[in-house]
Amino acid sequence: MNGIIAKKLGMTQIFDDKGDVIVVTVLEAGPCHVVGIRNQEKNGYNAIQLGFLAVKKLNKPESGFLKDKKLRHIVEFKVEKVEEYKVGQEIKVDIFKPGEIIKISGTTIGKGFAGTTKRWHHHRGPMTHGSKSHRLTGSIGAGTTPGRVYKGLNMPGRMGGVRVTNRSIKVISVDLENNVLMVKGTVPGPKGNIVEIIKS
Amino acid sequence: MSIIEEIEKKQINEKVALFNVGDTVKVLSKIVEGNKERLQAFEGIVIKRKGGSNRATFTVRKLVQGIGVERIFPLHSPKIDQIQIMKKGRARRAKLYYLRNKIGSAATKVKEEIKKV
Repeated sequence: MNGIIAKKLGMTQIFDDKGDVIVVTVLEAGPCHVVGIRNQEKNGYNAIQLGFLAVKKLNKPESGFLKDKKLRHIVEFKVEKVEEYKVGQEIKVDIFKPGEIIKISGTTIGKGFAGTTKRWHHHRGPMTHGSKSHRLTGSIGAGTTPGRVYKGLNMPGRMGGVRVTNRSIKVISVDLENNVLMVKGTVPGPKGNIVEIIKS
Repeated sequence: MSIIEEIEKKQINEKVALFNVGDTVKVLSKIVEGNKERLQAFEGIVIKRKGGSNRATFTVRKLVQGIGVERIFPLHSPKIDQIQIMKKGRARRAKLYYLRNKIGSAATKVKEEIKKV
């Protein structure tokens, strides 16, 4: 198996084997259950579907699909050989080893409608000397030539709340007993965010 | 206890010396040079203690040829071999930033603790 679903528990710092301080994110990774299998003949691709975390109630279509295995957060992971897996199988955090490089996908914290200073790291204008253009967008182009605003120009708008993938994340420790995975650096989203961890 | 608190607790060095702001300490830190490991001493006044749990740090200030030098150490760092308390000081502030503005002998002066009888 090459991936698992996890919940972000928070961040802290630890001393590594050299004695240096490193920043880590703590994740509750798995246990996940295989809830569905997609194969080449029937679906055109090979993948398995994992479910994570229990839920109290399911509606009729959900319980039909999950066979009353009350789970939420269902994510599909591509695999090469589907024959190795069967529905109901448990996937645990021990698929990862300390030192391994992984990537983590998830939804970032929503920032709302953000200006260009925050969203695109534009410089701000002077705060004093009669200036009123503190955090304004500024010019968005020339005049009659070209007579339009170029496409793709950095403008204010909704920021965050999008799915991103953080790559080259190093696994620091794997705790199979508590289903806890510790990785170096940051992971998208706030505490409690559901993220997907994939081997890279 | 939450999982994160447990992880932080494992990082804490229980044997760490007890000292306060105003004390004069000698910090022996491990330095790796090639294959050899030696101890480097840094002696001065503790002017700040900051943070809790495994994140706690302290700042030591000393004068080198009349120029102030400050060094921040993580309290529970495995790189710290030993913290020796040379002198107990009685500080009336939590942070002794005022020592930065003092010149000469006044910059190293913190009242010694008077033992209660």
